[in-house]
Amino acid sequence: MSWDWAYIGDMMPLLLDGLRTALIATVIGFVLAMVLGLVFALLRRSKTAWISVPVGFVVEFIRSTPLLVQLFFLFYVLPQIGIEMSALVAGIVGLGLHYATYTSEVYRAGIDGVPPGQWEAATALNLSTRRTWTSVILPQAIPRSIPALGNYLIALFKDVPQLVAITVAEPFTVAREVIAESFKPFEAITMAGLLYLIAAFVLSYFGRLVERRYGTVRV
Amino acid sequence: MTEATSASPVRDDTANGEFISFDGIGKQFGSNVVLKDLSFNVGFGERVSLIGPSGSGKTTILRMLMTLLRPDSGTIMVNGKYLYHEERNGALVPASDAHTRQVRSKITMVFQHFNLFPNMRVLRNVTEAPVHVLGQSKDEAEARAKELLDMVGLGEKLGSYPSQLSGGQQQRVAIARALAVDPDVLLLDEVTSALDPEIAAEVLDVLRDIARTTDVTMLLVTHAMKFARDVSHRVLMFNEGRIIEDRPPEEMFNDPRHERTQSFLRSVIDET
Amino acid sequence: MSGAQIGLLAFGAWQTLLLTLGGAALGLLFGFLGGLARVSDVKILRAIGFVYVEFFRGAAVLVLAFWFVYALPMLGWQLEPLFAGMLALGLNIGAYAAEVVRGAIQSVPSSQYEAALALNFTTGQRMRRVVVPQAVVAMIPPFSNNIIELLKASAVVAVVSISELTFNGQLIWSGNGRAASVFGGLLIMYGIMAVVFTILMRLLERRAALSVGRQPDPGMWKRMRRRAEVSA
Repeated sequence: MSWDWAYIGDMMPLLLDGLRTALIATVIGFVLAMVLGLVFALLRRSKTAWISVPVGFVVEFIRSTPLLVQLFFLFYVLPQIGIEMSALVAGIVGLGLHYATYTSEVYRAGIDGVPPGQWEAATALNLSTRRTWTSVILPQAIPRSIPALGNYLIALFKDVPQLVAITVAEPFTVAREVIAESFKPFEAITMAGLLYLIAAFVLSYFGRLVERRYGTVRV
Repeated sequence: MTEATSASPVRDDTANGEFISFDGIGKQFGSNVVLKDLSFNVGFGERVSLIGPSGSGKTTILRMLMTLLRPDSGTIMVNGKYLYHEERNGALVPASDAHTRQVRSKITMVFQHFNLFPNMRVLRNVTEAPVHVLGQSKDEAEARAKELLDMVGLGEKLGSYPSQLSGGQQQRVAIARALAVDPDVLLLDEVTSALDPEIAAEVLDVLRDIARTTDVTMLLVTHAMKFARDVSHRVLMFNEGRIIEDRPPEEMFNDPRHERTQSFLRSVIDET
Repeated sequence: MSGAQIGLLAFGAWQTLLLTLGGAALGLLFGFLGGLARVSDVKILRAIGFVYVEFFRGAAVLVLAFWFVYALPMLGWQLEPLFAGMLALGLNIGAYAAEVVRGAIQSVPSSQYEAALALNFTTGQRMRRVVVPQAVVAMIPPFSNNIIELLKASAVVAVVSISELTFNGQLIWSGNGRAASVFGGLLIMYGIMAVVFTILMRLLERRAALSVGRQPDPGMWKRMRRRAEVSA
């Protein structure tokens, strides 16, 4: 078997397109995870048991079951009830939902880290529940959560290759298409994998930079 | 807080004698009984010090009044309304959050560990509640906040974050923050216990001023006996969840009747 | 549902169990080798441990599985698909486990090292007889998070046509087209397996805690909730 550089040169632009799609899915999926995670964390804290308990169950369930099957569910089941999504959108929603169950735990820890005295002071000033959250608790809890959230950005990126299963045009899907014409899998699979690996290292390098910079944020 | 009180202490037997009343209050944590069937009244404008050994239930009283801790049994009334109950069809039922919130709206508290909001500058710590609870305009609230911060000697620190202030300064901001909500009742929970004696003295001076110039009702838990003596109309001695002595300060400190009070006062006075 | 479909699901679940347990066994092996290498006194071992951890934490299971199944045969190495899946899972989870092992060993108080030294144990004896037995207790809770992650990751190898639960589910779906019941059913099956694994790990944790004379802390459900905080 020989390593065919010309072949790689030909497929590289396609793979890079695929990587761009993967990065788009990562960024949007992660934003979704950050927002939904906060919503989950707040709902799980609800004093109303018929909100907090079912939400808790759903969050645990999503976290304990494979992303891949969840992607199939979103992509193939939802259209049956009239919710049509492109593969990329289904992938982003799947990633966002799955990782929201992790970020919600990060937020929960951040919220728990706000000293009880802060809640007590808010009560002593008769601040409304909403005001207590928006101006006292969350402004302290969210900055605390940021370094840990960063880890999940990288974890999420490493799950993006799974979108191949629902035909999102990420590098492995591209590689498969290339292989279907060339019948030469070695270079295509290796390059797709390498691209992911390099991108993951770059991401975690920046993640560490950010963490070093903001990891010691004191609020 | 309107006019200055007269020199003569307000007593139980005045017309306002039952501004705050605790009736048959009990509380236990696990098997540890903190308060037993406790009843007492506080009049409007009265300043009452709660003293006694630690664990005797003083702070519990303040926390119940601030709705930070629910009593297991008994009722608390503030200005003629139940704090934790509502009357419905002649029966007492647990109060809704809205009711409790409404009844406690004229009560506020200063804490041992200040509990300033670290994410807000000093000025906003003080204006947050007036703007968002009392509905004052931002300008109005800021003008009043500046006055109060001047009064506690921190007019220069409006733009600082709490973490940039010393403990004594933080506590004075906390006092300004509490006064900004225009309370009828000010609860002071060991407000100088976390401070060095010298710094504590500055904070106590501010509180003395407030006692002298306003008629806000005060319940204070303190170990600073001289301060308690100076500002209070009445001193309640707590021991093992009960009030064992309830007298004006000059009598309580000069001539304690109960043997437990005598030994307690000896121990704290020896310390200071 | 036909008997054939039930058979497919049952076989798939069995393969998923094998993948998870096989992956866990390999992960444990790589985790201990990697973790011990990282705390070794020998510089070259530390470097190898570091490279292993960094590389395989960065490489997603799917990437490894793809490479083992589609690329490696080109180099003349044809792996049995199920083993390729286990290897991909084991290498990946082993990198996380190595960090757990390293952390647990470093958390053993230095006084224990000093005591072992005072008793004139060799380095090997010190690790084997004193440090590792204590560290193992601290490893179990993070390992039980890892095993749930492993169970979830095992589904990924469906993409390279290993006939585990998810793959067989897809087969059934392509036959009957009933996406909701097939994929919903798969999720429930994985959910049940996760609960079973969690309970088993919890029992193991209790036994291990008792074995070093520690009171196991109560509250399995609390532990389940905490799971996500530790794993990334």
